[in-house]
Amino acid sequence: MSYKNNKLVMLTSVAALVLGATSTAQAATLDDVKQRGVVQCGVSDGLPGFSAPNDQGEWQGIDVDVCRAVAAAVFGDSEAVRYVPLNAVERFTALQSGEVDVLSRNTTWTTTRDTTLGLNFAGVTFYDGQGFLISSDLGISSVQELDGAAICIQAGTTTELNVADYFRAHEMQFDPIVFDTSEQTVGGFEAGRCDVLTSDTSQLAALRIQLSDPSGAMILPEVISKEPLGPVVRQGDDQWFNIVKWSLFAMLNAEELGISSENVDEMTNSENPNIARLLGQDGNYGEGMGLSADWAYNIISQVGNYAEIYDRNVGLNSPLEIERGVNALWTEGGLQYAPPVR
Amino acid sequence: MIHNHKTIEARPAPSSTIGPIAWLRTNLFSGPINTLFTLLALYLLYLLLVPAIQWALINADWIGTSREDCSREGACWVFVNARIGQFIYGLYPRDELWRVNVIFAVFAILVAWLAIPRLPLKRWVAAVTLIVFPIFVYFLLYGGYFGLRVVETHRWGGLMLTLVLAVVGMVAALPIGTLLALGRRSHMPIVKSFSVVFIEFWRGVPLITVLFMASVMLPLFMPTGVSVDRLVRALIGITLFQSAYMAEVVRGGLQAIPRGQEEAAAALGMGYWKRMGLIVLPQALKMMIPGIVNTFISLFKDTTLVMIIGLFDLLGIVQAALSDSRWLGFALEGYVFAGLMFWIFCFSMSRYSQYLERKLHTGHKR
Repeated sequence: MSYKNNKLVMLTSVAALVLGATSTAQAATLDDVKQRGVVQCGVSDGLPGFSAPNDQGEWQGIDVDVCRAVAAAVFGDSEAVRYVPLNAVERFTALQSGEVDVLSRNTTWTTTRDTTLGLNFAGVTFYDGQGFLISSDLGISSVQELDGAAICIQAGTTTELNVADYFRAHEMQFDPIVFDTSEQTVGGFEAGRCDVLTSDTSQLAALRIQLSDPSGAMILPEVISKEPLGPVVRQGDDQWFNIVKWSLFAMLNAEELGISSENVDEMTNSENPNIARLLGQDGNYGEGMGLSADWAYNIISQVGNYAEIYDRNVGLNSPLEIERGVNALWTEGGLQYAPPVR
Repeated sequence: MIHNHKTIEARPAPSSTIGPIAWLRTNLFSGPINTLFTLLALYLLYLLLVPAIQWALINADWIGTSREDCSREGACWVFVNARIGQFIYGLYPRDELWRVNVIFAVFAILVAWLAIPRLPLKRWVAAVTLIVFPIFVYFLLYGGYFGLRVVETHRWGGLMLTLVLAVVGMVAALPIGTLLALGRRSHMPIVKSFSVVFIEFWRGVPLITVLFMASVMLPLFMPTGVSVDRLVRALIGITLFQSAYMAEVVRGGLQAIPRGQEEAAAALGMGYWKRMGLIVLPQALKMMIPGIVNTFISLFKDTTLVMIIGLFDLLGIVQAALSDSRWLGFALEGYVFAGLMFWIFCFSMSRYSQYLERKLHTGHKR
């Protein structure tokens, strides 16, 4: 999913670099944003748990909450965001041309994207990876047992390549059954055209809900690819890069220190020096980014800590019910780790 | 011999030649093969309609607010119900919806006025619809004047956006297309070659490419900090594209008018614009109606392509709603709703065009 139409992306992006060398070195995004009064944030045009409009027409999702966190840090108002829905192909151009200030659109951090497109990845909001959805009554508990399986795949993504690589590396056979859209893929799986359905684990959870009997299917524990998803900014404006990066770190640090949107006001009286520094009670750590001292306080009170945004969008408080897994804090055996505020 | 001439009373035609039974016999059961096909068709209809009706009406869930209110045995119209506001108005702010409603109401009145033959002042109403109304729509929808809050175009969506795209495309493409058609028939080399190149270029590229260029490449050509609104980009793309098609429809109509008409007008001392405006175009336009409406209908459906540049038209907003994790798995309901809305609009246009043709039919039918 996150690799969709990779070739076209590369083509347009290369063209973008050739044509738009002027627009990449755009400094002082913060000034532009402040002048405009809103953060322009590129999001997906609809991806369950990451960004989608809810019944009230408000954008919701983990990617959307990153946008809101940046707006809270800059303006003290998490609603000061203009969401720009982007598809996979136009997302990098939109960022390069300045149509958006930050791209928070389930974008996988890869070497090519980080080094050749004039972009910077500001961190990882969600460690994704390609996984497998399988009918529970098959009695299979590991990818290693899938030799000879028929696998449902959505066309146009590198999902297919990943599977082929993995199966070749493990000297196993598989029979790919390719579909166009996610609805068709689910339909094919449900109709028994294949034994296994493969996609990024975040998407498997969404596909599983669409089955007529979600409890009859399970997601295998292994993942066969690394898909770290995170917000992206233009290269050449370190101040803005820092703001986005530390907005993310603030939410991770808040979780680690036990600060949530509910207790953040009590926490401002805390004796713990780490908490006092993060909430701006001891020193002004926003100054270096051109922000006020209460930047992190605003993020946590208005958006929440990382656990809150994870749980309400993709985690156990959401219909997707994805376990924290590798997205747990480093203190709990996961990979999410933020440098200290000091 | 006296013959008693007595007139037999007129009797109704035998029931085997008139009435529903006769109709059935002549049309559906006129022979063993036709009877077989009729029965087969009825059986297929039965196979198709019964499950469809059961899904859409009998087993469907209508009332509720969340996915838990749906039994999943039939259609879950709860989903469409919960989202209907979004499907019609997009992400337009809830407390500003009256502005859209006012526009819908004014639009309906204007269209009805133009469509009902008895009402007077047609020419003035048409002028208002084509010139004053778009300005009124812009000020009311976008705001920023008269104390109205600005609602940026990225919040426009749903049926409202589809109508904006389609109506602007249609209203702008007809005059541009007419000029291009006249230009292509002109004897002036520059005008002619410009028209030909324009028409052939825009007809030669798919609309999706035009939209894609407008959304992906165009921003890169702009100087830093200057950006044209996405909706405006899409509107320009659609209008240029549509004008080229319209030009060929109009040219087709112009070619059907005999040369003598124009020559006679010239003999009366009329200049070019008078010849065209008073003699040729009025005759040609009424022959073009099927073609024009055909182009309009296809444009109305083509507006769904703006989805790929991140504008939420009716279909786009339905798809966005489908990816809300609280409403996963109701794709069929969403698409059926969108399809039905499109059908209603396209079918109405088609019926209106047939009515117009009948009305304007003054011995020109060939």
